[in-house]
Amino acid sequence: MSFVLLLQLVGEATGQTLLMLLLSTLCSLALGFPLGVLLCVTDPALGIAPRPLAHQLLTRLVNTLRSFPFIILMILLFPLARWLVGTSIGTVATVVPLAIAAAPFVARIIETALQEVDRGVIQAARAMGSSNWQIVRKVLLPEAWPALVSGITLTIINLIGYSAMAGAIGGGGLGDLAIRYGYQRFRPEVMAAAVLVILLLVELIQFIGSRLSAAFLSRR
Amino acid sequence: MRITLKNLSRTYSPPQQTRIQAVRAVSLDIPSGSIYGIIGKSGAGKSTLLRLLSLLEKPDAGALYYAEQRVDDLPPRELIARRRRNGLIFQNFCLFASRTARENIAYPLEICGRSRGAIQERTAELLELVGLAGRGDAPISALSGGQKQRVAIARALANEPAILFCDEATSALDPQTTRDILDLIRRIKQKMQLTVVLITHQMEVVRDICEYVAVLDNGSIVETGRVQDIFVRPQAQITRDFLAHLTAGPAAPRAGSFVRWSAEGGQYTLRFVGAQTGEPLMSELVRRYPVSFNIRAGGIQYLPEQDIGTLVTDLTGEPEAVAQAIEFLRNSGVIVEESV
Repeated sequence: MSFVLLLQLVGEATGQTLLMLLLSTLCSLALGFPLGVLLCVTDPALGIAPRPLAHQLLTRLVNTLRSFPFIILMILLFPLARWLVGTSIGTVATVVPLAIAAAPFVARIIETALQEVDRGVIQAARAMGSSNWQIVRKVLLPEAWPALVSGITLTIINLIGYSAMAGAIGGGGLGDLAIRYGYQRFRPEVMAAAVLVILLLVELIQFIGSRLSAAFLSRR
Repeated sequence: MRITLKNLSRTYSPPQQTRIQAVRAVSLDIPSGSIYGIIGKSGAGKSTLLRLLSLLEKPDAGALYYAEQRVDDLPPRELIARRRRNGLIFQNFCLFASRTARENIAYPLEICGRSRGAIQERTAELLELVGLAGRGDAPISALSGGQKQRVAIARALANEPAILFCDEATSALDPQTTRDILDLIRRIKQKMQLTVVLITHQMEVVRDICEYVAVLDNGSIVETGRVQDIFVRPQAQITRDFLAHLTAGPAAPRAGSFVRWSAEGGQYTLRFVGAQTGEPLMSELVRRYPVSFNIRAGGIQYLPEQDIGTLVTDLTGEPEAVAQAIEFLRNSGVIVEESV
């Protein structure tokens, strides 16, 4: 295989992976972020707006979704993807199971980050007459911001792994390239190139995420 | 603003089976414009009582009044409005790490929806008031403990509260900073006509700033009154313990106030109030009765309104003579306590 062709293949796959990552990160955050905030806020142990029953239900939902192996979840979600985007194959269709698989993960990460906020500070805010919404928006989220940025970084990196798996069942992207060319057609150089790009992506995203989180912390 | 507590109780049951009654039928009358101390050991229920007083928790029984208005059963919206007119400061400051000093002070104004301009003006005023002008843009982590508590005080005062609650506000500070913060509290209390409720486990704090004190033990009030009266005539054992700790403690902040030169003995504690401190009562005592005394410890407490002299002595002689001598001291206005 010529170098130009290899570059073309890897370039196209990288574009697909980036698109998948962007869309699935946005969608999983849209689903998981509010869920994480709700998990934290309803927790009776924290006492911001204790709703033991709702908290139990949300916990069950998140645990159930998280215990599914991704590949199974993806197959189960084919019909949903078809209904939402009209097809169950291709880069955009893959975003549906990716987002739904990552959402409970995001929820837990957000919940954990918010739990780290000093309870005394939350209590002080309440004593000053903050509404629950003000506590979330003006206290919990700003106080937890560096931890939230680290959590979101971790989510994106996890999604790179998931998206590579999604490639195996028709999602496209670097994982798909590595399996189809590298594994099924015995082209180790394609496999190596795909893995190298994934490696670089992970490094880059981790670097940016760590830098951002540290920057927010250093301002305190 | 006057605060009245009527039989306030609070019991915790979860998660263990044992129910802990943290506050038992507490009744208090906190006069408007006073500095009122509530002293107790850890676990006495001080923090719970403060959470009830500051409307963070609702009592299981009893009633709480601010001025004449009942406030323990307010609906959510009014509760929030009411809390915005209270100021609170804490032992560990509870400032927002994500905000600068100025932004911390701005928080209570923001949640009330004040305009940007009004917030800017008020925060500058408050920084000036607590002696932090020019430090407004400092991140919280760059401030010392005393400065943090000043920011917390400014934040508590932002909405011009009628009541300031202090939850062990000086317990994390060194003696010098404690005095500075107490001075500041006294100053702003005068200036803003605040009622200050101060929770503490340190008798020094009560002595240095409070006009009234309530002693809390095991969830109940065991003693209340004006600070000078409590210092002179402590009734409950726990109050005596607090005072003993204060007088015998290492290097009290106002130097040389109490000296103990003998660890054992000291059956009688004599307290001399005000003018008596200057009279030769003890000489008179030995002249009149066949007794002798041995001073084990002595000193003077400087209270805001009058001084109290304390002598810890042994009195020896015939039991009858000793009894007469004590009678003589009591008749002369000395408070005599016999320790067991």
